[in-house]
Amino acid sequence: MSIQGRKITLHEMSLRDGMHAKRHQISISQMIEVAKAADDAGMPWIEVTHGDGLGGASLNYGFAAATDEEYLSAVIPHLKNARVSALLLPGIGTIDMLKRAMDCGIAGVRIATHCTEADCAEQHITFAAKTGLDTVGFLMMAHRASPEKLVEQALLMEGYGANCIYCTDSAGHMLPHDVTDRISAIRAALRPETELGFHGHHNLGMGIANSVAAVTAGANRIDGAIAGLGAGAGNAATELLVAVFERMGVETGIDLFKIMDAAEDLVVPMMDRMIRVDRGSLVLGYAGVYSSFLLFAERAEKRYGIPARDLLLELGRRGMVGGQEDMIEDLALTMSKNA
Amino acid sequence: MTKKLRAVIIGPGNIGTDLLMKMNRSDWVEPVWMVGIDPASEGLKRAAEMGIKTCATGVDGVLEHVIADDIRVAFDATSAYVHAENSRKLNALGVIMVDLTPAAIGPFCIPSVNLADHAKSKEMNVNMVTCGGQATIPMVAAVSRVQPIDYGEIVAAVSSRSIGPGTRKNIDEFTATTAAAIEKVGGAKRGKAIIIVNPAEPPLLMRDTVHVLTKSAPDHAAIIASVNAMVVEVQKYVPGYKLVNGPVFDGNRVSIYLEVEGLGDFLPKYAGNLDIMTAAALRTAELFAEQADCGAFTLPERG
Repeated sequence: MSIQGRKITLHEMSLRDGMHAKRHQISISQMIEVAKAADDAGMPWIEVTHGDGLGGASLNYGFAAATDEEYLSAVIPHLKNARVSALLLPGIGTIDMLKRAMDCGIAGVRIATHCTEADCAEQHITFAAKTGLDTVGFLMMAHRASPEKLVEQALLMEGYGANCIYCTDSAGHMLPHDVTDRISAIRAALRPETELGFHGHHNLGMGIANSVAAVTAGANRIDGAIAGLGAGAGNAATELLVAVFERMGVETGIDLFKIMDAAEDLVVPMMDRMIRVDRGSLVLGYAGVYSSFLLFAERAEKRYGIPARDLLLELGRRGMVGGQEDMIEDLALTMSKNA
Repeated sequence: MTKKLRAVIIGPGNIGTDLLMKMNRSDWVEPVWMVGIDPASEGLKRAAEMGIKTCATGVDGVLEHVIADDIRVAFDATSAYVHAENSRKLNALGVIMVDLTPAAIGPFCIPSVNLADHAKSKEMNVNMVTCGGQATIPMVAAVSRVQPIDYGEIVAAVSSRSIGPGTRKNIDEFTATTAAAIEKVGGAKRGKAIIIVNPAEPPLLMRDTVHVLTKSAPDHAAIIASVNAMVVEVQKYVPGYKLVNGPVFDGNRVSIYLEVEGLGDFLPKYAGNLDIMTAAALRTAELFAEQADCGAFTLPERG
């Protein structure tokens, strides 16, 4: 099916998902610089939050270089057109934190649950939708749910008031046909006015292919990160998405050369390591493990001598979900006792 | 006079039924009434089959029997919305209220940490915090009784099957109540709570992680001893409470990894999160009964 002539909305992730890859240490001035460059290139939405969303600052996930409010209130006044969203995971972030983010000027919130637990987001989505925020229901680790289950969960979030639903490949585990099956099933079930998005990780090298599959199957919002700066092998690189969609005749409204310059000149120099499909991130994708587990598993390997690959494979077998970073050190301790 | 405190359970759901089964084994608390609001409720039928008096007209329906049946303690396993009224009515008749809802109008009670204080101060309403709080705050307190802690953070992971619609609709109340109790009972200057719902099949046992930051360098030996002693205290009422790993020391961070397996009375063993609530609530009433029996505590006068 040709997607020529379609219009899609890209959403920039480097300043939120990229926080994972930077151990949440992106400085306020880097945030401002990257956000301004994205805005200047025509990016309509930019997410700015701790990698684990509002309230993510913790011993469990890591404290960020600044608070969510400091980041948001520093970045938002610099933007001409781009709107800023925050991420919120019920169980980690609260409505009180969302209210403070609203005071800083966010225009949207993405409320994220594991793909089978949408009803944990009822109070947050209901609240956000009433305030007029762009309210996205974000179903994480979507490879763990069948298309039918995902439809059921998407309908719950739509029913609470979300105006957009995301199928989120947090583990970078999906192949294009997995994306097609899920996106087309959800699209068919949602109200026509409800938007549908896809968030990819590049752990199996499918970030771009999966995003194209999502648009072909009916998604109109796509997440990307400049230079791919995101957890694991990163998100679908924004500049690649812009170039590929342009070649396919899909309108993103983003200036390709400006966004590729931002990638090369601003974001790549910020990286602590090259964001690529390396051994660790490949295992995430292969085993279907939450992408932000990568650096924690590598640290546990250093401290306890258990290979990160063994840890990640076992965490996948145990069905750990997003947010269970504590179970990485726990598992390393258990495995080192039994070694 | 019999030494057992006679009890009413309000709310014949999973929690109320599990509590009833545990109470049937208690030397100190005797279940007499189960109160619901739906005559067709399975929970009321189960209670009746176990030989308990039942009432389907809410707390109002049982008030007239409180004195005649010498009811001394009530367990509220309904919701935060109706708890205050239930408590007021029963307190007025001299019934001590153990609150298993998130209402928290009375002081927080973590039996292994501060129950004895509540018995001393003759509290008429104590709140059982949350499942995550019951599982983790003893460990926060185990560190803070050794040395001051600036920050206490807990991560409770519960199986999807073990958490009902009430908790799901009120996740913020869970995190707020737990965080407040980490400070008030755990002794942390600042508290934070995180809850994770995991849908793995077969369901995973409840897992809890406690991270604290000590103000000065942690005293490893004293903290390890204190944590191990506290685990034994909690195991007295929750036998399936287990220290899996830790304490781990990393600078001023101390991390403790726990698992809670339930007894499998009415709730399955993986639902350690529900079990620890019912076990802690029962333990609370038992201590009041023990104290009353040895004369250390005088039950409220009957008007």
